Amino acid sequence: MRISGDKIAKYVFLAIACSAIASLLLIALFILLEGLPFILRYGPWKFLSTSDWRPHEGAFGIAPMIISSLWITAGAMLIGAPLGVAGAVFLSEFVPKSVMCIIKPTIELLAGIPSVVYGFIGVMVLAPLIRTNLGGPGLSLLAAAVILGIMVLPTIISISVDAIGAVPNAFREGALALGATRWQAVRMVVLKAARSGIIASIILAMGRAVGETMAVIMVAGNTIRTPHSALEPVRTLTANIAIEMSAATGMHRQALFATGVVLFVVIMILNSLAMAAMRRKGGR
Amino acid sequence: MIPTPTNPSDPPLPTAKMVVAKLDLFYGAFQALRQVTMPFAKNHITALIGPSGCGKSTLLRVLNRMNDLIPGVLVQGRVELDGLDIYAPATDVCELRTRVGMVFQRPNPFPLSVRDNVLFGLRVAGVHHRARLDETMERSLRAAWLWDNLKDRLHHPALELPLDQQQRLCVARLLAVSPEVILMDEPCSALDPIATAKIEELMLELKRDYSIVIVTHNMQQAARISDYTGYMLLGDMVEFGDTGRLFTNPADTRTQDYISGRYG
Repeated sequence: MRISGDKIAKYVFLAIACSAIASLLLIALFILLEGLPFILRYGPWKFLSTSDWRPHEGAFGIAPMIISSLWITAGAMLIGAPLGVAGAVFLSEFVPKSVMCIIKPTIELLAGIPSVVYGFIGVMVLAPLIRTNLGGPGLSLLAAAVILGIMVLPTIISISVDAIGAVPNAFREGALALGATRWQAVRMVVLKAARSGIIASIILAMGRAVGETMAVIMVAGNTIRTPHSALEPVRTLTANIAIEMSAATGMHRQALFATGVVLFVVIMILNSLAMAAMRRKGGR
Repeated sequence: MIPTPTNPSDPPLPTAKMVVAKLDLFYGAFQALRQVTMPFAKNHITALIGPSGCGKSTLLRVLNRMNDLIPGVLVQGRVELDGLDIYAPATDVCELRTRVGMVFQRPNPFPLSVRDNVLFGLRVAGVHHRARLDETMERSLRAAWLWDNLKDRLHHPALELPLDQQQRLCVARLLAVSPEVILMDEPCSALDPIATAKIEELMLELKRDYSIVIVTHNMQQAARISDYTGYMLLGDMVEFGDTGRLFTNPADTRTQDYISGRYG
């Protein structure tokens, strides 16, 4: 019996695809198995809402880190989303195709820069700037938010450019033919038509910002406490895991896995929201 | 200058709303229109016919300067609206496009509600007066025969309407800015015969208040609804004149061959 090359290729690729899904499932399972029992034993509410993190005394409250993660993400979005969307609009509507073909790959290349490099720039340039101009230690919530805001630009720009590019030209022509200026056509029609894709890009970027670790460890200062100003040093959920995991044992180790469970859930929620937004058609 | 009909046996022309004179248009090195001269009569329907690639859509888009959007377009010659050159440097193109509006080949309502579609032109012009917006919306939808269908669905997404209602919504959206000339680029080519009949009937109604120019592939449609017809071939205006006369007694053999279906 002859087995065709097509058949073999099909099963090989099927196996590869399945192993990708399987490894995702295994990771999820592993984290849940390690983390969930701790959460249940310690009490989910106590774990999430108290702010004492003293592992050696058995106190595991991650509220300050949740709050810090959320503030940093919100700050990053406040910086990254307007810049990214504006950049995408500029690239797709106001720049000749030839220029766009150079700039867009360049921006996508930004995504390939290791996050430790962003962190390095944050430590060397941004933190001193903040320290001398605004006060505080420099390594702070603000520094982390700015660095992350820049790091998410490629995600926002490249997905938004695709979304704007997918808007039929007929909408633009229709708007211009009614006496709209280019900017009015973009603002009142094109952005509305591309809205779901743009929202998806921002949510995906939020996922990246929540999950980013290395750059944040380098610039956020890593003090565990609930921040009262953007200039204070903070520690995020991701940084907490990365910093303490190597030395953790027993309950402490399980608590870090439980922190991972919280992160995992947050990111799953964000990604599902992004997918739902992308699937939703414009026209509402 | 006022161009005259090609055929001296045509009745004299009514007042011209727009005039194109000695118009050359180039897309880069390619010449799409050659020395085109013709009038567009006020409160009449002028049809542009001809085989694909003859330049009829290009000519239509000269009249509201939509060709400006294509890089590398060069327009030479004179295009007048009420005697004023619309290609003069002082022309406000946005204002021109509210006076010379356009309905496209495929219905292209915006991905907004019915109401926001109709009011788009006014909002662009900076009108926010609620009563005036409501009044204009009702008047425009009535004029496009959509009011009875849509008055209870003003907040529905326009893209969920049937195609012929979408196309009439595009007409309503245009009427809301009170244009003087309406350009229609094969407005029925995406529609079935019943929807086409509705649009044609609407055009005949609208010509009392507006001057209409229609590009059509459909010779019967040109014969049914237009008062004047221009026949174009490969960038030349071969013949222009009274529709009835042009279809029954064309002066040029190329027109004769086209309308009898020998090519095109």
